[in-house]
Amino acid sequence: MKIHEFQGKELFRAAGIVVPEGRVARSSGEAAAAFTALGGPVAVVKSQIHAGGRGKGTVLDDPSQRGVQLVRSADEAGQVAGRLLGRKLVTIQTGPAGRTVRQVYVEAGCDIARELYLGIVLDRAAALPVLMVSTEGGVEIEKVAAETPERIHKEHFEPHAGLHAFQVRKLRKKLGIAGPTVRGADAFMKRLCRLFVDLDCSLVEVNPLVVTQAGDLTALDAKITFDDNSLFRHAKLTELRDLAEEDPAEVRAGEAGLSYVKMEGNIACLVNGAGLAMSTMDIIKYHGGEPANFLDVGGGAKTEQVTEAFRILLSDPNVKAVLVNIFGGIMQCTTIARALLEAYRTVGFNVPLVVRLEGTEVEEGRRILAESGVDIIGATDLSDAARKVVAAANRA
Amino acid sequence: MSILVDRETRVICQGITGASGQFHTKGCLDYGTRMVGGVTPGKGGETSLGLPVFDTVEEAVRQTGANATMIFVPAPFTADAILEAVDAGITLIVAITEGVPVLDMVHVHDVVRRGNVRLIGPNCPGIITAGECKIGIMPGYIHQRGKVGVISRSGTLTYEAVWQTSNLGLGQTTCVGLGGDPIVGTSFIDLLALFQADDETEAILMIGEIGGSAEEEAAAFIGERVTKPVAAFIAGRTAPPGKRMGHAGAIISGGKGTAAEKTAALEGVGIEVAKSPADMGIAVARAMAKRR
Repeated sequence: MKIHEFQGKELFRAAGIVVPEGRVARSSGEAAAAFTALGGPVAVVKSQIHAGGRGKGTVLDDPSQRGVQLVRSADEAGQVAGRLLGRKLVTIQTGPAGRTVRQVYVEAGCDIARELYLGIVLDRAAALPVLMVSTEGGVEIEKVAAETPERIHKEHFEPHAGLHAFQVRKLRKKLGIAGPTVRGADAFMKRLCRLFVDLDCSLVEVNPLVVTQAGDLTALDAKITFDDNSLFRHAKLTELRDLAEEDPAEVRAGEAGLSYVKMEGNIACLVNGAGLAMSTMDIIKYHGGEPANFLDVGGGAKTEQVTEAFRILLSDPNVKAVLVNIFGGIMQCTTIARALLEAYRTVGFNVPLVVRLEGTEVEEGRRILAESGVDIIGATDLSDAARKVVAAANRA
Repeated sequence: MSILVDRETRVICQGITGASGQFHTKGCLDYGTRMVGGVTPGKGGETSLGLPVFDTVEEAVRQTGANATMIFVPAPFTADAILEAVDAGITLIVAITEGVPVLDMVHVHDVVRRGNVRLIGPNCPGIITAGECKIGIMPGYIHQRGKVGVISRSGTLTYEAVWQTSNLGLGQTTCVGLGGDPIVGTSFIDLLALFQADDETEAILMIGEIGGSAEEEAAAFIGERVTKPVAAFIAGRTAPPGKRMGHAGAIISGGKGTAAEKTAALEGVGIEVAKSPADMGIAVARAMAKRR
């Protein structure tokens, strides 16, 4: 689960991690008032969307407007907020359609001496969290990793123990931190690692981490992603979820216990199992088609779930054909065949449906479909199914 | 021979009185697995499917001589169940449960790697040695004893692969589902080493997917240490970056973990990589033919 920058900064504050003062605004008036309340000569108005690259991102129908802007008066803060709120912001991570800005964060400006990078992720190969730091703050870390990997320094840590003092000293040295900044840097790194563990995060990123002229450290950005599997032990955090930032069909699927990802193609697919669902998308593409989605109905899909899955698939106006690919293991083919027919009748199909069934009780399942009189295109194996659905979509 | 499990393996089920635990314990019994008991705290002394139920794994091991466990307890308690099995001296732990918190697995992984124990999963279909022992949720009847060792990060896609090798008459020795989570107990490399050492296994099929670097690490290992023919398939060629594709571990992040990278790494060491999921069985046959 992702959250907004302003929410991340609230969590940082609660964990004793220094961030600039700021206020959320959902209108021009609120933004102007926020500037006044902050009381400084400058502030930054920052678009709040669940995507990176906001500083360089531009408003879709007004490319002169960037997603993050410096302002010097309450009036200017209000005007800038007015040009961002309700507009679509396009960044390297949003795709060409952009994301609607529903709130901005008005933050006190700070004088920047240096910009560093600090991030924590899970290192899957090491099976441990890893703290990564770099002197190259303020730029895309993927770019640094690709071009100058020697400028990224890493220390793994065990969740219970956290970061050891010597690890902090090593990283501090590599970042060239000395003098008055030392004490702040130590606390910063240790607290950030503690927050990662305490809140069951899968990503915590501060880019940039600013060293001010006075030598203080401040997190100018805050990006946090939580491990969805751990949310059951963080009821408070689930309140931070912003459904407006998620695809409505994906939210709906999630509520029905389905795993769905929207794609750009015109061939919808309904599959049991994540690996097989990915492979079904792959084989559609392999035979010249374009998948409209990823959809895993899981191991024990019930009639209601299959029906809801069909409704979601068919609500996508791009869809020209549907492929059902089921390898019945624990789920019997007869169960899925009956669920398919029930769903077919209640949903009302207007595009061709190709069904490939294999596995437990397959003969009986195929017989149920054949005798139903429903207009279903049967397929004998995976390749056959892919060819038939691609042909059906092309005919449409 | 085979790897890890055979008809001598003595298996308990942690969570045997739950709906899934009960259903799949029956499936394993029907397949011929030597199920010897189950554990559900608070239900010690009862029986389930004719098997004795114990309050603790320690008691179950002492009374039944179990050396393997199949875990179906709910995700919030799975890490604890694994640790209990390790503590009781179980040497093969198969965790089926999906949705285990990642940081729980960081701790479990650390304990497991220091002990004399193998953990498979979590979020996996389990392990099966064709015709001898099934510990997990896979449909037994699609398996046929033969020559191919199968290692996979997936569930139903593994069934598809097994089905294809059965239909081609190649059959399988042991099939292992590693699990779809970012941190799992057993890697491709662990099993590649076991299959390389197993006399009966003539070829290996590995099924990977997007996310992480397990396939790249496996490729490097195969290049140095595996002399048997290896075929592979990588799911998720069409998956968009930054999206979790069903499995918690199937995600392309920061441009890393793509199917293209993994395929290139595998082909770089001469592995036969199927381009279509319909050709996984054929890819094994091709890999075997190349070695002759």
